[in-house]
Amino acid sequence: MSEILIENLNVWFGEHEERVDAVKGANLAVPKGGSFGLVGESGSGKSTILRAMMGLAPTWSGKIEVMGQPVGHERSRDFYRKVQMVFQDPYASLHPRHSVDQVLSETLSLHGFKDIDTRISKLLDDVGLGPAFRFRYPHQLSGGQRQRVAIARALASEPEILLLDEPTSALDVSVQAEILNLLTDLRAEHGLTYLMVSHNLAVVGHICSDIAVMQLGEIVETLGVEDMRAMRTEHPYTKHLLESSLLGLERS
Amino acid sequence: MTNLLDVENLWVKFPTRNGVFDAVRGVSFSLGQERLGIVGESGSGKSMTGRAILRLIRSPGMVTADRMDLEGVDLLSRTEKQMRDVRGKQISMIMQDPKFSLNPVMRVGKQISEAYRLHNKVSKAEAKRKSLEMLEAVAIRDPERVYEMFPHEVSGGMGQRIMIAMMLIPDPKIMIADEPTSALDVSVQTQVLEIMDKLVKDRGMGLIFISHDLNLVSAFCDRVLIMYAGRVVETLAADKLHEAQHPYTQGLLNSLPRLDAPIDRLQVLQRDPAWSEAPSVNT
Repeated sequence: MSEILIENLNVWFGEHEERVDAVKGANLAVPKGGSFGLVGESGSGKSTILRAMMGLAPTWSGKIEVMGQPVGHERSRDFYRKVQMVFQDPYASLHPRHSVDQVLSETLSLHGFKDIDTRISKLLDDVGLGPAFRFRYPHQLSGGQRQRVAIARALASEPEILLLDEPTSALDVSVQAEILNLLTDLRAEHGLTYLMVSHNLAVVGHICSDIAVMQLGEIVETLGVEDMRAMRTEHPYTKHLLESSLLGLERS
Repeated sequence: MTNLLDVENLWVKFPTRNGVFDAVRGVSFSLGQERLGIVGESGSGKSMTGRAILRLIRSPGMVTADRMDLEGVDLLSRTEKQMRDVRGKQISMIMQDPKFSLNPVMRVGKQISEAYRLHNKVSKAEAKRKSLEMLEAVAIRDPERVYEMFPHEVSGGMGQRIMIAMMLIPDPKIMIADEPTSALDVSVQTQVLEIMDKLVKDRGMGLIFISHDLNLVSAFCDRVLIMYAGRVVETLAADKLHEAQHPYTQGLLNSLPRLDAPIDRLQVLQRDPAWSEAPSVNT
């Protein structure tokens, strides 16, 4: 049984003549504990799939199932406890005037937890930030530390599914390695299921076991990571993407 | 005199509440008709080096150097007015994001021909002809149509090619490209780089390519400076990048996930405080 099942998903913005179809007939399935990557250029609709799942893009049709339950246009609090999202830019996704403690305790109390104090220490520990970071404000943190806070916030409700929207594209390569390792560890520890969006094929190849390639709102090909590494692809667009990202390596 | 640019002991300082912050600390290098890459993390001073060459650092920032010569002529002693002849005409700069560096309320074509007319006394018609030629050179199909467009009507990759056209039209001797492709998709990235590469080579210009992407730099440059905490820690021939000696360079290379060589855990860079204390490497 699939943890995430999406069938014939359409997402559009605008009405009538101004209607833009951002996602057209997308299908994907992620097993429990799996990790699935969506790649494609900007504007190909990969982030829109995540946003439609979270209810951030309200105009959609088709079927979204999470943990066997169909997701409607109204989502329960329980849904948000099980599914959490980490956004691309840690500089924009944290409230500049809330300390780390406030960010996490607000999330925890919204989800009805009582032992907030111990949970915050545990969360900070989980993402590799010491207790010293608890009362800091975002501007006192580096980009990598901010993204760790954003991940801690997503983990606060003890979710089973994490939606990752380009979690490392705003970070330096050295920091990217730390965050990717953290994500790998967390998945093993908590048995999480990942659905990750990235334009960096090497990053997706590192984290995910299955990859869907998107172009102009459609999933043109779904392939396993081994096939991707071996360049065994059917679709010319996938080939083109792979070639452009391997170029740097070949020349050097 | 074969060098286009000579920089010796360049410092960029910013006074802050907690004392003076040194963004660039004693960087020296020279540039011939070649493609020089500057790599480093954010905050390593690579962009500041680029901006200091064009004297684009505003007060209270301070720029000092023992020598900063453009073809043997000192840049630091020039007045602001004299600098204006240098910027664009002799040294031009491509910024990171075309969305923020094009004028949003001016047609693309007008911006390009303005760049040409500023440094050349020609008629409007001649400038337009030259601009269309340039748009064609950066592989824009249908230049006549793009000439009349506004920046919000073009895609990111096209915007960056328009920037390149605008920067190349005064025929500068040196081009500084500050992360010219980080805002672009991988597939467009290579196209833009190839165009830049070809034009720079054809015109015999010197290129300073600033980027955080080691692989990209090693693919498109002849020589690479690696910066850490405001200093140059290592210089290498680009094709020898994988033989890097400095632990910082090695750490950066190893922290990249690779499509062709999967590993379970990525190596994390262990920083050594001695790296920022050691003096800059000279070239």
